[in-house]
Amino acid sequence: MSLRIVVCVKYVPDATGDRHFAEDLTTDRDAVDGLLSELDEYAVEQALQISEDADDAEITVLTVGPEDAKDALRKALSMGAYKAVHVEDDDLHGTDALGTSLVLAKAIEKAGYDLVVCGMASTDGVMGVLPALLAERLGLPQVTLLSEVSVADGKVTGRRDGDTASEQLEAALPAVVSVTDQSGEARYPSFKGIMAAKKKPVESWDLEDLELEADDLGLAGAWTAVDAVAERPARTAGTIVKDEGEGGKQLAEFLAGQKFI
Amino acid sequence: MAEVLVYVDHVDGAVRKPTLELLTLARRIGEPVAVHLGPGAEAAAAVLAEHGAVRVLAADAPEFADYLVAPKVDALQAAYDAVAPAAVLVPSSAEGKEIAARLAVRVGSGIITDAVDVEAGDEGPVATQSVFAAAFTTRSRVTKGTPVITVKPNSAPVEAAPAAGTVEQLTVTVADGSKGTKVVSRTPRESSGRPELTEAAIVVSGGRGVGGAENFPIVEGLADSLGAAVGASRAAVDAGWYPHTNQVGQTGKSVSPQLYIAAGISGAIQHRAGMQTSKTIVAINKDAEAPIFELVDYGVVGDLFEVVPQLTEEVKSRKG
Ligand SMILES: Cc1cc2nc3c(=O)[nH]c(=O)nc-3n(C[C@H](O)[C@H](O)[C@H](O)COP(=O)(O)OP(=O)(O)OC[C@H]3O[C@@H](n4cnc5c(N)ncnc54)[C@H](O)[C@@H]3O)c2cc1C
Ligand SMILES: Nc1ncnc2c1ncn2[C@@H]1O[C@H](COP(=O)(O)O)[C@@H](O)[C@H]1O
Repeated sequence: MSLRIVVCVKYVPDATGDRHFAEDLTTDRDAVDGLLSELDEYAVEQALQISEDADDAEITVLTVGPEDAKDALRKALSMGAYKAVHVEDDDLHGTDALGTSLVLAKAIEKAGYDLVVCGMASTDGVMGVLPALLAERLGLPQVTLLSEVSVADGKVTGRRDGDTASEQLEAALPAVVSVTDQSGEARYPSFKGIMAAKKKPVESWDLEDLELEADDLGLAGAWTAVDAVAERPARTAGTIVKDEGEGGKQLAEFLAGQKFI
Repeated sequence: MAEVLVYVDHVDGAVRKPTLELLTLARRIGEPVAVHLGPGAEAAAAVLAEHGAVRVLAADAPEFADYLVAPKVDALQAAYDAVAPAAVLVPSSAEGKEIAARLAVRVGSGIITDAVDVEAGDEGPVATQSVFAAAFTTRSRVTKGTPVITVKPNSAPVEAAPAAGTVEQLTVTVADGSKGTKVVSRTPRESSGRPELTEAAIVVSGGRGVGGAENFPIVEGLADSLGAAVGASRAAVDAGWYPHTNQVGQTGKSVSPQLYIAAGISGAIQHRAGMQTSKTIVAINKDAEAPIFELVDYGVVGDLFEVVPQLTEEVKSRKG
């Protein structure tokens, strides 16, 4: 029996670019180049490894996002995913975490799944809650923040490294998994992979395809509102000294002046 | 006066500092009602009462330890149903955020994560967040349902505000569906004896410039002279020189201490994301062009193997 894996990936503005807000206080997606969230590459990688260990597995990468989000899907396909689903609808602009989880849950159901794999957090919103929200909405076990994961005999197992303890977890499939950047370097797409990705199927679904109303979606339907954004004032230029043998002492003097010593 | 639920983060009844900060914030909105899950409720209640909890709803069940996250959501939901709060505040730990998110879905509420401040507003609590690697601050509200807000450590002062803190038993039925993810085993982390990274007033971090695990005692020595926590950049963690639990940055801990000292760290955007809101920033780096110097209040261009030991000695002798 085949193992159907759905990997949720997000298209985000490049973190090393000069990120801003648009006039409606949503993330400005035009000013900075977008890409597949680096933390979701780890999710694609783990899904690929799981599929390589399974007899018969099929990976679908799924994104909810604007037209350009196709780039993120292409990248995941070139890494080796089998097909892609792009949920795109003008009514989705400004959707928040609760709304996004609603759309993703519907799309995952429509795609069919035994295992859902997410990244630990998106590199723009950095909420890290989507996997938990999906588990709740889909009524599935949540096996999240794993630094090690494997699937065998209809079960997913993994290691979750927390602050006070490291936990070994286990759940029966179907389940929702998220993996951290400790789970292992993601592979680079090969030239062959990039060429093959051009021919892989990318389906496009809108809200009607998912039988969703726009009520809880988009900026107007969001469950939260951003009232104001302010650029953080630039830090005032500090004192920089070159160590000529007394650098440690000079630093101690500064710290003493600031009452840290 | 409306009641505000505060989810208690504790280790066997020892309440962690971020929870006390939440009590300060909760009192701005209403009367704090603490929710304590697991052992140690009596010991915790005394501390919670001292900081403003009018009531402490307590529940203990083996399921909280035997299964991941979901049983605690059942319990928090039971507290929510019993209290009908004006807001729910949860510490922004990895688990705290997951619990908060699932509660939000269940009770039909919006959620705001990683707030660095919460104030009362005309249309409900207003949360301040620090976004895009702390380049911007936003002010947000939950517009549907009861606000569920997770708050980062070091976001508010701990204040004494004695209240009754009466312990009440909370009846919790853990649903079968909440027993999906079994915790098969748990290996506790050894304590370093140093302050908790996210709670510390001073953090000293080392990066690739430290050059190897065998050199990290230089960083630890400075930290100990200052009573500080030790952090590390991802480069140092990936190289296996220091544990991942000490990583500062986007995929590690986000810290906001009074003083942050970076030794041998270049200051990549992902590192800055986790330390940029520190009050005073100091760096030691041999490359005058390193981006970390754009952030510093005081920087020393030099070799950390010279500068750090000299600083440590000087701190020790000044402290006598
Ligand atoms: C998705 C993603 C998430 C990430 N998350 C994190 C994160 O959470 N935390 C994090 O830190 N990084 C993170 N990174 C990595 C980040 O981009 C940088 O690679 C990393 O922070 C670099 O660490 P570093 O400054 O120690 O090393 P380098 O950039 O190599 O800098 C080392 C510095 O040490 C100096 N140095 C060398 N020798 C000495 C000496 N003897 N004395 C003084 N100075 C010396 C050098 O001049 C240099 O500036 C992430 C990256 C990605 C893509
Ligand atoms: N718009 C989206 N489309 C697909 N997956 C997403 C989207 N947003 C978040 N995710 C997934 O959820 C994870 C956590 O995201 P977040 O809770 O937003 O930090 C990401 O790593 C992705 O796997």
